[in-house]
Amino acid sequence: MNSMWTVTLATLRKDIRLEWRSKDALNSMIFFSLLVVVIFSFSFDPLAEESRHIVGGLVWVAFLFAAVVALNQTWARELRNQVLDAYRVSPAPANALFLAKALGNFLFVTILEAVMTPLFVIFYNLHVLGPAWQLIPVALLGTWALVVNGTFFASISIRTRSRELMLPLLLFPISIPAVVAMVESTTILLTGEGSARFWIVLLLTYDVVFTTASLGLFEMVLQAE
Amino acid sequence: MKKAFPFLAVITALLVGYGFYLGLFVAPTERTMGDVQRIFYFHAPSGWTAFWLFFANLAASVVYLVKRNLKADALAVAAAEVGVVFCTVVLVTGPLWARPVWGIWWTWDMRLTSTLVLWLIYVSYLLLRRFSEGTQTPILAAVLAIFGALDVPLVYFSIWFFRTQHPQPVIGGNGSLDPAMRPAFWMNVLAFSLLGALLCWGRYRVELMRRQVDEFEANASLTGQSPSLVAKPVYREVAR
Repeated sequence: MNSMWTVTLATLRKDIRLEWRSKDALNSMIFFSLLVVVIFSFSFDPLAEESRHIVGGLVWVAFLFAAVVALNQTWARELRNQVLDAYRVSPAPANALFLAKALGNFLFVTILEAVMTPLFVIFYNLHVLGPAWQLIPVALLGTWALVVNGTFFASISIRTRSRELMLPLLLFPISIPAVVAMVESTTILLTGEGSARFWIVLLLTYDVVFTTASLGLFEMVLQAE
Repeated sequence: MKKAFPFLAVITALLVGYGFYLGLFVAPTERTMGDVQRIFYFHAPSGWTAFWLFFANLAASVVYLVKRNLKADALAVAAAEVGVVFCTVVLVTGPLWARPVWGIWWTWDMRLTSTLVLWLIYVSYLLLRRFSEGTQTPILAAVLAIFGALDVPLVYFSIWFFRTQHPQPVIGGNGSLDPAMRPAFWMNVLAFSLLGALLCWGRYRVELMRRQVDEFEANASLTGQSPSLVAKPVYREVAR
């Protein structure tokens, strides 16, 4: 267990340092979701009172699409110079690598959300009518839901012929329940109509189920040959 | 075992024909919907067949991951492909029935939406199989099949709650089936299940043959022989 955390932290620290120096993933994610914000603003009146009902969906669609940008880069770096092969023959636990990658992506996507949420508030003139603090568990659980499966499926899609194309095709269908839960709970909290409790519990269940499944099956994917 | 295949094919053809006859001619015409209700005898049995084929896909995938038996993997491919076909039949016959009865082709009702999401999940499974290559395909696909199966209850709950919050006017409870309609319905459930099993079996055998051919061709190219010379007897042997 101890060695697992050592490996996790070492890999995580390496990924954060790489990202800090290049800022590739963050810059492209932020710019991408900014584009989504601007393009969506033409499809409806962004300042109308009814747009409150749409923005919950819009925010998460923007984050989902932007997250794919970062998720696709997760493993690509490790393919160069056969790092992944080296990892396979090393005695380090596979799940340590997976956790480090998932936590790294979680951190990057959370930073993206922290940067973009104020912009959404300004551009779409939002005020939260429901209990605003509940947006924090929704955001954290929702981000983890996207990132844990995204990291896992990125490790699958990197093995296929059409690497970058494959990830959203695998990730989006499986993510539908999580996306419904994120969008619905955000809309409920923005409009103040009803309680978001069911959706938060659903997100939590989704996270628990797929974190367990990912940790249980990642080694098979890593060793698949 | 292989001799049972034409036998099963004949039985299936007879049952599908008989189910067709019962559904179109014997079962009484529904009072409010009229003849269009008869689509139900093909729609619902296709749904059942799709569901058990997806279940077979999950079971075969788990067996593959545990035992690394390539026959289980071939069965998983066959079940997923045939399951997607039947699921497509469900998604096509549904709107054909809905248009005259509800007045709209599609509604984002719970059952419709979850069937569509199920279809999407298994299409992505088939896409993964198509786009990955080599010996890793079965492992990656089996892992995805498990993820997809875990997702099904979550899809169902999320859409169920989503739709109970936003009630849709069109769909009422189906109520119970008139006793006079039951023979046609159950005959078609049986016929379609057999048809699903038959297609799945056929696809499974084709998949095994394809793999053997690939293997022989690979061996032939290693030994420098012309693949057609080596592979030809094999086709005959497997197909027998």
